[in-house]
Amino acid sequence: MSETTPSAAVDPTDEAGVTAAVEHALREIEAAADLSELKTVRLAHTGEKSPLALANRAIGELDKAAKATAGKLVGQARGRVNKALAARATVLEEERDARILVEEAVDVTAATRRRRLGGRHPLTNLMDHIGDIFVGMGWEVAEGPELEHEWFNFDSLNFKPDHPARQMQDTFFVDPPSSHLVLRTHTSPVQMRSLLERELPVYVVCPGKTYRTDELDATHTPVFHQVEGIAVDEGLSMADLKGTLTHFARTMFGPEAAIRLRPNYFPFTEPSAELDVWHPTAKGGPRWIEWGGCGMMHPNVLRAAGIDPERYSGFAFGMGIERTLMFRNNVPDMHDMVEGDVRFSEHFGMEI
Amino acid sequence: MRVPLSWLREYAPVPEDATAEDVLATLVKVGLEEEDVHRPSDSLSGPIVVGQVLSMEPETHSNGKTVNWCSVRVVPEGHEQTLTGKGIDPSGVQGIICGAHNFSVGDKVVVALPGAVLPGDFRISARKTYGHISAGMIASVRELGIGDDHDGILVLSRIGLDPEIGSDALELLGLYDSAAEVNVTPDRGYAFSIRGIAREYCHAVRAPFTDPVAELAPRVPASTEDGFPVTVSDDAPIHGRAGCNRFAVRIVENVDPSIPSPPWLVSRLRLAGIRSLSLPVDISNYVMLEYGQPIHNYDADTLQGGITVRRARAGEKLTTLDDKSRELNSEDLVIADESGPVGLAGVMGGAATEVGENTTRVLVEAARFDEVSIARTARRHKLPSEASKRYERGVDPQLAPVAAQRVVDLLVELAGGTDSGRVTDVDHTDRPAAIELPAGYPAARVGVDYSPEVVERSLVAIGAEVTETADGWTVVPPSWRPDLLEKEDLVEEVARLDGYDKIPDRLPVAPPGRGFTRSQAARRRVANTLAAAGLTEVLSYPFVSQADNDLWGSADGEHVASIKLANPISEAQSLLRVSILPGLLEVLKRNHSRGLRDLALYEMGHVFLADGYTPDTQPIPPLGVRPAAPELERLDAAVPDQPRRLAAVLTGHDAAAGPWVAPRTLDWQDALDVAVLAARSVGVELRVTQGSHHAFHPGRTAQLSTQDGAVIGMAGELHPKLVAAQGLPERTCAVELDLSALLDREASAVTAQAISGYPAATQDVALVVDANVPAADLLSTVRRGAGELLEAAEVFDVYAGKGIPEGKKSVAIALRFRAPDRTLTADEASEARENAVSAAHREHGAEIRS
Repeated sequence: MSETTPSAAVDPTDEAGVTAAVEHALREIEAAADLSELKTVRLAHTGEKSPLALANRAIGELDKAAKATAGKLVGQARGRVNKALAARATVLEEERDARILVEEAVDVTAATRRRRLGGRHPLTNLMDHIGDIFVGMGWEVAEGPELEHEWFNFDSLNFKPDHPARQMQDTFFVDPPSSHLVLRTHTSPVQMRSLLERELPVYVVCPGKTYRTDELDATHTPVFHQVEGIAVDEGLSMADLKGTLTHFARTMFGPEAAIRLRPNYFPFTEPSAELDVWHPTAKGGPRWIEWGGCGMMHPNVLRAAGIDPERYSGFAFGMGIERTLMFRNNVPDMHDMVEGDVRFSEHFGMEI
Repeated sequence: MRVPLSWLREYAPVPEDATAEDVLATLVKVGLEEEDVHRPSDSLSGPIVVGQVLSMEPETHSNGKTVNWCSVRVVPEGHEQTLTGKGIDPSGVQGIICGAHNFSVGDKVVVALPGAVLPGDFRISARKTYGHISAGMIASVRELGIGDDHDGILVLSRIGLDPEIGSDALELLGLYDSAAEVNVTPDRGYAFSIRGIAREYCHAVRAPFTDPVAELAPRVPASTEDGFPVTVSDDAPIHGRAGCNRFAVRIVENVDPSIPSPPWLVSRLRLAGIRSLSLPVDISNYVMLEYGQPIHNYDADTLQGGITVRRARAGEKLTTLDDKSRELNSEDLVIADESGPVGLAGVMGGAATEVGENTTRVLVEAARFDEVSIARTARRHKLPSEASKRYERGVDPQLAPVAAQRVVDLLVELAGGTDSGRVTDVDHTDRPAAIELPAGYPAARVGVDYSPEVVERSLVAIGAEVTETADGWTVVPPSWRPDLLEKEDLVEEVARLDGYDKIPDRLPVAPPGRGFTRSQAARRRVANTLAAAGLTEVLSYPFVSQADNDLWGSADGEHVASIKLANPISEAQSLLRVSILPGLLEVLKRNHSRGLRDLALYEMGHVFLADGYTPDTQPIPPLGVRPAAPELERLDAAVPDQPRRLAAVLTGHDAAAGPWVAPRTLDWQDALDVAVLAARSVGVELRVTQGSHHAFHPGRTAQLSTQDGAVIGMAGELHPKLVAAQGLPERTCAVELDLSALLDREASAVTAQAISGYPAATQDVALVVDANVPAADLLSTVRRGAGELLEAAEVFDVYAGKGIPEGKKSVAIALRFRAPDRTLTADEASEARENAVSAAHREHGAEIRS
């Protein structure tokens, strides 16, 4: 814009002069490139010393007849200028706002995390998940001590006093062994506690930590986790056991999952079965994978809880959480689960 | 149990083309879990034939070694060599260098020709060595993978063989046979035999089974007048059961100790996992594998007087077959003659009466010993053996005399022996107890509608005597099934033989449940809250040292009573933890050593407290009976307290550096926040006071209590000396909280608070107090003093220094006032503020900062 000093006073009765002043103002308004130039233009054309303001002031000195004509002329002229100023200001303000937004732009892809999301341990998360499945079926979650009295861990579950599992190569005993305290070798003592404490019928799962005297290697750890399930009711059969396990397997491994029972032996169940689950997405092709043990509760277990085995029957099942995680989530090595490397838990995050 | 297929085929209809894998797949259906496959031919291939040494020239070489340059005929004289290939001499005579010297010209040997592969992927080819082209190898048992003898070349005449030259040596040595290995569950002792496995195989393929023992039994003679004298006595039975209830003895004379074991026998033993020792020993092992009856042979000429089966006497000793002298325990069952113990019954024989190189009169013992007695002796002397393994699981009490007959037959047939005709059979066995099986019971328990025919057929197939009654059956289990005691045991047999795959799916409906308990739900909330707050959950082992428990379990390092394991994984960590922190800090260090620097770890788990439990030294209540209430109370009281804890450790920064992120160093306050956050997530407001613990920084430790004053934890920065001593990252912070106590105090149901929509009046106040006045105390006084109009008050600054007198500090507090029913005037807010200041002045000598 070429800075033009507005010509001095315009005669308010000089229509051509007024028009020229207006056009001069409109030209300069249109030429204002930003809000600060517009401010200068506004002062020049609407300020107290501007030609139109001076013309306006001069109207007062005119006679009555001329006053009206001049008033109309100057008033319209000032109106046009103000309107043009406002319009230009709107345009320039919008331009300024848009420019600021452009200037404030950032590369959002360069953002890093201010808040860290930690992670649950997949084993505890998996146990929670199993609890959800069974609570959804109306079962309850039961718990018991990890350091247990031998009666709960063995005798009440029909382990004879000389059963090989009671030897020191498998079971952690508290010193002195005459105190009859062991680190529970399975979650099964919770079965007995549940049956002793609860009214029948009982449908509970017991997830938790268990202990055996294995050295840590790729597939063993002295501290591991199991989930145990028991149901004691009138008229339960192996078909109920199998139906429950099929449902459990499908919720855990997807609708394709299937289970297979194979005869086996456990002191606390009769008949007993080994439980395999069909793993359609196993590494190296679909196959049966050993998942756990199960069976109908041995009458001696029911008797130990004061339950009449002629009236009630029950089933029980148990599986390793580590093992489940290993093939469900493809964890090849037990070390990852016990070492506590944060990369392992964080990779899972809150998900399982 | 390893089952050679050739052996199994003698008693079960195993198809000729069935592999060991096929056999395993069949056996798994009836509950014999697959374990492994043993197939020597997997690692042996190519031309491995019988050869005859035509000549051997010893040559001594510059390395001082003498080798034999041999020519070996590998096709019969006058025949053509039909094999072709690199290194095969068309003449039928191979030139071979051999380093061994235990053979001579004319011996028949095993020759691995060029192109053969021996175990260990040892490929045979013609190669230049010691100045000759050696085209093949004269093999030893070790090179063939069938033994670990270092005696050199396998000379076939020494194992009683004179095969045709050029014949297939693998066939000759039984190396095309294979074994299926199955896992036998502890209730099925009878399946530790070919007899038992064959029966199970027949069950699996629904074929009739012919019991070889039943076939042989009619030929077994009764005891004779001149039978070897045997006395069976037990003055200290275990659990009221006699140590021995069957003892059969036979004597075989004129045994020729020079006769080697035939290759088929050696091969079967080897596939079954037993090394060949001598013909009489091999025969007793063979019969043990075949029938499941452990056999012990004595050199009859070394026994002094008759045999007594009895408990050992205090102070008695026995040198066992492994030449170890063993101090006997009065619970050990022994076989004794007039000289004293000559064997540990069912576990290991004695060295003095062993069958040796010169034995010609063999006394054959087949006995039945009690499971528990043998198990205890085997463990006591750390002598697990093939025999004890079978006795521990129960041996058929009717089997002994039949098995002894089988041994006699084989000693006569293979070892040149003659049956002396002297027969002893001490029989104290009982008939198995009958079980009543109601008609509908198997169907009710299994959920399969078994017909009476299926039930009967299954039970007869397992060898039981089944008699129909008005309401079902009376079943007498077979003698080899001591595991069948109740009707449930019979149900399993029916279900197993009919097939578990027939069991349908039925989903039982549980009664309406209560969902998770408050405590279970709250614990999950704590875990999820901390993970969402950026902490990572880990799990550590609860095994610690006394130093660990003293360090973390007491405020000043004094001795902490701890629970000790009798058989820990490591003696250095033989105690159970009283705090989660030692394990958690180990995990922190492990992560740090792997280059991970920003760490916030937490663990929730049990600790084990040694105080306040009453050790139970009473006998353990028996099986199958509910203990009386006082007894149950005693059991419960004997279990130590195991509260749940929450612990966290922190080091490094709260976030990784980024274009718009300035990482903040994690400090004592973050540790404190973990506790406060966890408590709030379950509706508990913790009280924080200045704490003191020898493992923590003396000035940066918060003691955590519940509102009722119970101390439930500690949070802060660890003591710099401890951090240095334990090699922890600098300024490591930690927190531990008694989660059980926290959950005990969890609010029952929250009462809603009225939310006022009227404007707030905010005012700040800076109060100068003595430096040792806790800000929390000042704040709580201000809150109380400000009265009902106060909506919130928080400390926003603590300052000491210029403008504040020495020994004083200024605590700035932001106050927010609001009335439930009106807009507050400035005067009302100021008055409330004045009241707060006055209270602070009264209680803490606080002055408004000028």
